[in-house]
Amino acid sequence: MNFSFSNRAPKILMGVMALGAVATVVGIMGDHTDHHQRTWASLLVNGFFFLGITLGALFFYSLQNATETAWSVLVKRVFEGIMGFLPIGAIVMVIVLAAGTFHLHHIYHWMDHSLYHEFMIGEGDSAKYVDEMTEGAVANPNFDSIMAGKKAFLNQGFFWARTLVYLAVFWFFATWFRKQSLAMDQMTGNSLVTRHLLTYRRSALFLVFFAVFSSTLAWDWLMSIDAHWFSTLYGWYVFSGMWVSAMITAVIMVLYLKRKGYLPQVNNSHIHDMGKWVFAVSFLWSYLYFSQFMLIWYSNIPEEVTYFQSRINEHPALLWGTFFINFAIPMVLLMSRDAKRNPRFLIGVGSVIFIGHWLDVNMMVMPGALGHHFHGIGLLEVGMFVTFLGLFIYTVLSTLTKAPLTPVNHPYLEESVHHQI
Amino acid sequence: MANKVIYAVYEDPEQLKDGARKLVSNGIRVKDVYSPFPVHGLDPIIGVKRTRLAIAAFMFGITGTCLALLGIWYFNIFDWPMNIGGKPSQALYKNLPAFIPVTFEFTVLCAAHGMSITYLIRNKTLPGMPARNPDPRSTDDKFIIEVRTADNHGHSAEAISGLLRTTPVFEINERQY
Repeated sequence: MNFSFSNRAPKILMGVMALGAVATVVGIMGDHTDHHQRTWASLLVNGFFFLGITLGALFFYSLQNATETAWSVLVKRVFEGIMGFLPIGAIVMVIVLAAGTFHLHHIYHWMDHSLYHEFMIGEGDSAKYVDEMTEGAVANPNFDSIMAGKKAFLNQGFFWARTLVYLAVFWFFATWFRKQSLAMDQMTGNSLVTRHLLTYRRSALFLVFFAVFSSTLAWDWLMSIDAHWFSTLYGWYVFSGMWVSAMITAVIMVLYLKRKGYLPQVNNSHIHDMGKWVFAVSFLWSYLYFSQFMLIWYSNIPEEVTYFQSRINEHPALLWGTFFINFAIPMVLLMSRDAKRNPRFLIGVGSVIFIGHWLDVNMMVMPGALGHHFHGIGLLEVGMFVTFLGLFIYTVLSTLTKAPLTPVNHPYLEESVHHQI
Repeated sequence: MANKVIYAVYEDPEQLKDGARKLVSNGIRVKDVYSPFPVHGLDPIIGVKRTRLAIAAFMFGITGTCLALLGIWYFNIFDWPMNIGGKPSQALYKNLPAFIPVTFEFTVLCAAHGMSITYLIRNKTLPGMPARNPDPRSTDDKFIIEVRTADNHGHSAEAISGLLRTTPVFEINERQY
């Protein structure tokens, strides 16, 4: 059975998007930062957050394939639905990054090529930058020796090559998995098993790509905002945030669909297992967040501690609040078995953590992008979040209308139907 | 009439579940089941209550957290304050991040050991305790239902055995005890 929109759902989603758009426009008019930096940063936050959800879903989907997990077969279409947002998220990221390249904003301050050259000839916009002392050259006041040392990695050409490779690989695998999944619906017997094994091998291959790209994309798109600073754990920390957001989105989608009478074979045990993933990945996130924080806090080395110093001094509520919401709330509220089997409770707690992880992305981006001009989450940020949320839900649901919600054929379908824990 | 214990031996977990379902639907209480591996879906059929081991584990864990924090506070703050890495030790909360790893490890230690030992005591399977398994084959390839007449006063041993024979049972053993 395919999902079909109820009469009300599109109207509500359109209303949400309109409301968010109005709030965003009002917010943009109140944005007096240089180059509308705050608007661009907010676009980056939401673009990355929602793209991250699709990447988390893509990762989990291929993890299930590569480990030949049976229980999750019944809900795999929900993950495919979430992956439907991937092109939109990718386009938003490309727009934000391209705007940086064309100097429409200065979120990525390393994109200023004058930082990399020790000497300059001439002045102002017509200045020519050179690396060695030559006739008529003077010291470049913009020269940044730290950035010059990172030039081999942080330069526009390599950056764009990496970005486009990430997005191309993600897009390729997402569409390929979807195609195989739909093709398997029409197959039986040996051809079904063969195709399943092919998906299994390709998923393992994707995980190899993702293992590298999930770290490097976090360096490129987020960590390079604070270009002087670095943290080796950052990639995993960002990845675990994407993953837990994806799990929350998936479980809320499944519960919504069940409530509307779809997915009749999904039972308490499936819900319980998805709840466990939310719980477990929340702990993974907390573990990585804390490991990164504690080592930097403890060693107190100036070049490392700046990141947390600016956040602790100027935005303590955002920093500690994010950690509290994303660690304490799932730990206390989702620990018991009954909580993970109670749909309303799971939706409530899940929504809170979902917003917590959105705040976490704000915490990563905003202080670095806006510096002293960041005064907390305002109408602009919330408005843009609401717009994106409406668009995201609409895209996911309309992807779900295009294929049977329960896979028709899969080698493990029967086992998944009888999943019981 | 002497009390009897009946062991119904099955060769397949699904057949065992069918047998147990038949017994229970006829009002016969199943004392226990012995199987080489956990049989999914059996617990609700024979009315095994949900384990409270998780609650015990939580209690052990909380105890570990409290003990660890108490210990750290006493050693490093109260009794012998030390300035390590430029972190002055005036208060527990100011240095808390540095103490979290120890607290975490001690919580896990207490929860894991407490849970394992509780489990072994509750199952009477601590090392050296006599085995209670009635039939060694249940550790290999047989699935055994244990029914006691003392639990089922309305049913005679013959009636229970007769009922069991209508299920795909492999063999039925009766013993006095």
